[in-house]
Amino acid sequence: MSGHHIIPFSVYRNVLIALLILTVLTVAVAKPVSGFDAGVFNFLIAMGIASVKAGLVLAYFMQLKYDNKLYLAVIVSTVLFLGLLFSVAMIDWATRVPEISTL
Amino acid sequence: MSSVNKPRSEGGHAFHFDGPEHEFETTKFGIWLFLCTEVLMFGGLFVAYFLFAHKFPETFIEGATYLDWKFGAVNTAVLLVSSFTMVLSIYYAQNNKTKQCVNMLFITLACGFIFMFIKYLEYTHKIDLGLLPGDMFSFTGEMGSTNLGLYFSTYYMMTGLHGSHVLVGMGLIVWCIVRARRGEYNSKYFTTLECVGLFWHLVDLIWIYLFPLLYLVD
Repeated sequence: MSGHHIIPFSVYRNVLIALLILTVLTVAVAKPVSGFDAGVFNFLIAMGIASVKAGLVLAYFMQLKYDNKLYLAVIVSTVLFLGLLFSVAMIDWATRVPEISTL
Repeated sequence: MSSVNKPRSEGGHAFHFDGPEHEFETTKFGIWLFLCTEVLMFGGLFVAYFLFAHKFPETFIEGATYLDWKFGAVNTAVLLVSSFTMVLSIYYAQNNKTKQCVNMLFITLACGFIFMFIKYLEYTHKIDLGLLPGDMFSFTGEMGSTNLGLYFSTYYMMTGLHGSHVLVGMGLIVWCIVRARRGEYNSKYFTTLECVGLFWHLVDLIWIYLFPLLYLVD
């Protein structure tokens, strides 16, 4: 198939190294392991690093960077649907009025 | 007329496609849509995790202390390496190097076994201690929270669904190994290899989020 872009081996290798370094970083900034504490930001930092890793896997291993943008549209809409799932659940959660059941 | 009777055209693609490229792109698009549904299925569990962790933060912090982050970290590295070898198998197929392609698939499969073996060690250790989901929770050691079973319900559901995906992925890789050994993958055709690879990377992606959420709660 002529249209295929063969990504050089070195790109894959560098991405793997970056992913492994980010994994070490995930552990290094985790409070239960290293005692590192940024308060309310702990969670955001952990999720931020995870998202960078996810981005690398999507862009290079899953080739979204080089591929037909149609696939990118699918994954973007996936994230939007996921956001909808989260936000509607959170709205429900946040606006609940505590009630004692009469049953 | 003759094309109706022939499942494959001269270009090697099924007759209802314009050409091999069209077939490849269509197949891949289908896989991406499937991955979308997979993400949303796991999404429900992630919503449950966030709501429970928000309502019972102490339970989740305590629950995570029963998990050994070293196992989780090693498993993260194992899955990342397996994703790397998976893309290399496609890379070698694209370069018509069948032997290397098969070898990379074997390494990917071996990583799957290592991941599942570590999961087995973790699960059996917890089951022995009575750290079980929900009502089955029978741990008798000292505990700060009264509803640790909730944490372990979440833990077993999320890692269990993920683990079952690893097993399915391993089965698909075995299938790819069989086909690769027959020399079916080359620079002109590697569609199934690519699609199984996408699935395998998704399994890796989900673990990237599960690891900090379950093992490194603070």
